[in-house]
Formats: sequence, C-alpha cells, structure tokens
Amino acid sequence: MPKIKLPTKSPHIDMTPMVDLFSLLLTFFMLTTTFRPQEAAPIDTPNSISEKQAPDKNIITVDITKDNKVFFDMNKNGKTFDKNGKEVADTASHFRKALLAKMGEHYNITFTDKDKDKFDKLSSFGMPINSMKRWINSTDPKEKAALQKGIPIDSADNQIAMWVRFARLTNPNAEVVIKGDGESDYKTVKKIIDVMQDNKVNKFNLITNLMKAEAKLDE
Amino acid sequence: MAEIIQEEKQEGGKRKPKKHSTHIDMTPMVDLMCLLITFFMLTTAFSKPKVMEITMPEKDNKPDPKTQTKVQADRTYNILLTGDNKIYWYLGLADPKKPPMPELNKTDYSKDGIRKFLLQKNKNVFKSVEALKTKVIKGELVMADSTLNRKIKELKRADHKAPIILIKADEKAKYKNIVDIIDEMAICNVASYAVVDINSVELDMLKNAPK
Repeated sequence: MPKIKLPTKSPHIDMTPMVDLFSLLLTFFMLTTTFRPQEAAPIDTPNSISEKQAPDKNIITVDITKDNKVFFDMNKNGKTFDKNGKEVADTASHFRKALLAKMGEHYNITFTDKDKDKFDKLSSFGMPINSMKRWINSTDPKEKAALQKGIPIDSADNQIAMWVRFARLTNPNAEVVIKGDGESDYKTVKKIIDVMQDNKVNKFNLITNLMKAEAKLDE
Repeated sequence: MAEIIQEEKQEGGKRKPKKHSTHIDMTPMVDLMCLLITFFMLTTAFSKPKVMEITMPEKDNKPDPKTQTKVQADRTYNILLTGDNKIYWYLGLADPKKPPMPELNKTDYSKDGIRKFLLQKNKNVFKSVEALKTKVIKGELVMADSTLNRKIKELKRADHKAPIILIKADEKAKYKNIVDIIDEMAICNVASYAVVDINSVELDMLKNAPK
C-alpha cells in the first residue's frame, strides 16, 4: 500500500483581514468614546418619550437613589459669561474648587489646596460635610463607598440646600439635572425641588430613558 | 571576482535561497486589540441620556389674589397620585364649604386607564396636532422642526375648552409615578398642566377613596 502523504497544513491563518477590521473598530471606538461618568450608586431612571438630549456641560446634578440617598455633583468647567452676556473661555473657571472652598468656609472646615485639587478630579458625592475630607483623601475604595451615606436633607441640617446655594453662587448659569431612581419617593424629590426653588431654579431636567408610547384615539 | 561567483554558482546551483515568509505573527497584536476594543466598548456611553424638562410654577410665599391665575373649574381636572401606583381624579374644585364634593374616580397608568381618559378630554387638540404631524411625516407639508414645534404650541393654545390638569402627589407616591404622569401629558398633547402641592382636603379624600 502506498503511503498517502497528507499535506502538512500550516497552522497559521491569515489574520490580516481580522486585524484590519479590529483596527477599524478600535479607531472608531477611540474617537467616538465619551467616558461614562463614575456613578456613586446605580440609578434606574424612569421612562419617558422625551427625546431631548441631556446637557453635558454647565450642569448641577442631583442624584437620588432607590433608598432615597441624595448625591450631588457639579461639573468642573462650564460656560461663564461676563457682564455683557458674552461667553468667556471655559478653562479658567474651576467651579468645583470654588464650591468646596465656599462650603468649607461656611462649615468651618479648612480644605487645603491639595484637597481641592483632589476634589476637582472626583465626581458625584453624597456624604455629610464633616466626612468630606476623609472621603477626598481616602484611597481605599471600600472606605470611600462606605462614606457615601447621602447628603443630609432634613430641615434641621439641610446640607443639600447649602450645596445648591453655593453651587448657584459659583456658577449662576448652571442648569439643574435631576437623576432619580424610579423607585425613590416623591417626597425626597419634592424636597430637592423645593430647595432648588428657594434658590430660584424653576426649570429642571429630569433624566429619563427613552421609550416609545402609542396613543390612539378610539372613536 | 568573476571566477569566484562562477564557482559559487556551480556549487549551489540547485540550492534554493531560503525564502523568508512574509507572515508576521500577529497574535499578540490581535490580543491587544481585542482587549482595547473590549475596554472601549464597555466604557463608552453611547447614547447620551435623555431628559424631560419641567418648569415648576414659581414659589410665591405671599400669594396675591389679584395676580393669581384663575382657572375655570369646569375644565380643571385634578389628578391625585398615591402609593401602589394608584391614580384618582376628580373634576373641578374640592372645597368643603361649597358642597357637593366632587366624586373621586380611580384609574391606573395603563393604556386604557389615564391615557384613555386624557385623550378623550383632550380630543380636539390631540386630533389637530396629530393631523399636523402626519402631514409633515408624509411630506405634504415641509417645515423645520422649530416651526413645527411652534405650530403645535399654537394649536394647543387655540383650544379654550381643552382640559387643565393639576397634578398632585402625596407622600406615598414614587418618583416614577410623577414622571409617568408628566409623560402622559406629553403623549396626549395636553396643553396646560402643572405639578402643584396637594392640600389637606384632597388628602382626606384620598383616605376615604374607594380601594
């Protein structure tokens, strides 16, 4: 019997098309990406048919979680306007630093420049002001998460009111975005809205998920 | 020189020069790319979040009866939101000094609940707005989005018999409920609605409401 010589196939596959595709995808993702902001707690927003896009600059965000904890956030930079209503370049304004300084002054807590720099880089937060310093300087993610107890909103110690007030003072043009969990109580949301209205904010952006709805009139 | 070359040629005449393969091992590159793609795909926030805009009536600590807006009671529907996803509505004004008290009706968030009710009350406006929208979609009318929005607003305002909806929620209501009900207003093209505080009379009504 003649030996049948099986042709030895090279185990190499031509990966060029695959690499081509991958590079394309990679480039696409790298260019289109806007990083998802860090979330202090998962929030499941309710649905609506609204198709208006959320503003991404110049905003004050108040998050309300399922268990009615309140978080606050203000973005670093935004548009500032001079007296004549003309836009001034973004980069000069560091709202977060100014905000922290004002809060510290009000509650008699001194924040060093280093604290402020760190705070500038962080995102949304929710803790009583006296544990703020610890949160800023903590490196342990577990400890950081444990400190996020929510900003006190009772009328006895209404810290959210102070945050909102100083945020409005540092950036009067900021829009207010409320990101609430569908299951949070209306009571808490109402409190936040009241605080805002006390600070002369009457327009709110409620973050929602897009969902189509049909309406038909039956005759 | 020529000789040497000749010699070499003679010796290695049949020996093929070793062919270098043009293939490069791309596996590490592919690995890395896979990793990066996965990273970007997971961290990307593709769709920007959508927002629903609401404007609350300005707070006035000392309301002046002269400047307060009067609403016609016969076209004012009060929608009361409470816990367990329940909605009640009543027509007109609930004032214990002016009996009879309006009747409280129960409904829900489904398609046949509050939406049906709103559509019926808001029939005329809804029809005209939808007619305009379909015309634009079919291409019979060409206009910019801003013009369309303005026209819709005009249509909404034109009807003086359209309902005025007052949305009131008690402490048991969830945030989702309020968003849902404002959304229903948008779906049903209700022109005038406002989120207002619930009063004690209405809280009492809710307590005695049919289950």
